[in-house]
Amino acid sequence: MNFKTIIAIYKKELKSYFYSATAYVVNVLFLLIIGWFFTATLFINGGEATMRPVYSYVPLLFLFFIPAITMKTIAEEKKSNTFELLVTMPINDIEIILGKFFAALTLVLISVLLTFIYVITLSMFGDVDTGEIIGGYLGLIFMASAYISLGIFASSLTDNQIVAFIIAFIFAFFFFIINKITLFLPVGLSRFFEYISIDYHFSNISKGIIDSRDIIYYLSITVLGLYFANFVLESRKND
Amino acid sequence: MIVIDNLVKYYGSFLAVDQISFEVRKGEILGFLGPNGAGKTTTMKIITGYMPPSAGNVYVDGMSVTEHSLDIRKKIGYLPEHNALYPDMGIMEYLQFIMDAREIPKDKQSKQMQYAIEVCGLTDVLSKNIGELSKGYKQRVGLAQALIHNPDILILDEPTVGLDPNQIIEIRNLIKKIGEEKTVILSTHILPEVEVTCDRVVIINKGKIAAIGTTDDLQKTFKGNDKIEIILKDKIDESIKEKIQKIDGILNITSHNTEEDQSIIKIEVEKGKDPRYDIFQFIVQEKLPLLELKREQISLEDIFRELTVQENLNN
Repeated sequence: MNFKTIIAIYKKELKSYFYSATAYVVNVLFLLIIGWFFTATLFINGGEATMRPVYSYVPLLFLFFIPAITMKTIAEEKKSNTFELLVTMPINDIEIILGKFFAALTLVLISVLLTFIYVITLSMFGDVDTGEIIGGYLGLIFMASAYISLGIFASSLTDNQIVAFIIAFIFAFFFFIINKITLFLPVGLSRFFEYISIDYHFSNISKGIIDSRDIIYYLSITVLGLYFANFVLESRKND
Repeated sequence: MIVIDNLVKYYGSFLAVDQISFEVRKGEILGFLGPNGAGKTTTMKIITGYMPPSAGNVYVDGMSVTEHSLDIRKKIGYLPEHNALYPDMGIMEYLQFIMDAREIPKDKQSKQMQYAIEVCGLTDVLSKNIGELSKGYKQRVGLAQALIHNPDILILDEPTVGLDPNQIIEIRNLIKKIGEEKTVILSTHILPEVEVTCDRVVIINKGKIAAIGTTDDLQKTFKGNDKIEIILKDKIDESIKEKIQKIDGILNITSHNTEEDQSIIKIEVEKGKDPRYDIFQFIVQEKLPLLELKREQISLEDIFRELTVQENLNN
């Protein structure tokens, strides 16, 4: 693993988000939608100074936003033949993937941190539960990294950005919906599905309870997604 | 410098490269010639470490690509078949990214940048984004990218494809200039390109090597004789043909009359002889109305066609 090359890819990737409209569109839309949920729930919450209702919408938002961010990561490189350029430089495939992963994570982080203005607003009217806020943001970051790694995996499967978006959405939707259809399933299975669903773990963390199991869950999805993406890139080497 | 040793590459069950072996010497420009789909790009992709061979090996300075891929990639500058550029980036920004990714030390970067920009003649367009450049300039940026880490070896996959004739000449001159210091492998299916730029030629067809050598070598080795074509402003009869036949060094004559009452005489010449002057003397003597007299040397084109088309017919 070579950090210099990861940083080189990271910088290039982050710049490309800001060259295209992606970064601005994502940030503005994200802020607007969260802002709407924030104000909409602020008054009907019985005067409680909490961000939890807002956070609960974020998994749903990520479902659309993150595939839009990750769709071009590898698909576009393949389409414009720059993929061949990257992998014939003295860089390992995993370094390319990690550079792209951290760039996408940074962009999401910027979006998420910008919502902090709502927290500040809230704190002007009441006492905010610091643990809940820290847990909430931590949870969002972990959840985003899981979604991003699935998105990069999806993008590695095709050279078409739209297809990459759809595949990423399907992956993310699977982990999102899986605990919401447990009604139709036997009890044992429903526990399992609940465990692998992405917002089940988020609900704990956003209460301010930081449980290692939740962290491990998000990290394993992240690692798995990146591993699969690497596997797909390396597959060009097979006959 | 580069040894290609019994290289084999399968794509699934399709055999793209079939036991190719050749060497590239230090400091030469090697032309890699073949029809589309002959296996040129595949061989180049293996040398550059894009993918490993199915069997056989490639050694660069004694290191094998399967074991020392990263080290070899540092020595190679590669211009892929479809130029790999980021249209949103500026030229310097793109080159900067390549230098960072290739870990060129910070203190050498500005010197290397200057070198690549100068050699490739990009000074006038530096302020533009890559997407705004003409195809010829894009190709120069691609070359600059391949050169920027000052590699010993340059691998250029069809560097002149899609360019207009002026741009082609510019890029060729550029490659020649670069080739004075570096080892260059250049693939193409355009024959004059090889004749103009390359020291040696490898002709590859259907994944196999059909011929290796300098252009002169190939012309000497290959069967086929020089031809002379004469065009006269009059019809001719058999007696003239017979008289020409008597000139030393002539193997065979065919002639036909055109609709405009001209006659075209084609003469096959014995190897190593040049009877043009004798023929001219004869024409003057007979007062034949000469329009044209020209020699057709066996060209790389003929050799290439002979090697590639013939084989395709046989299959």
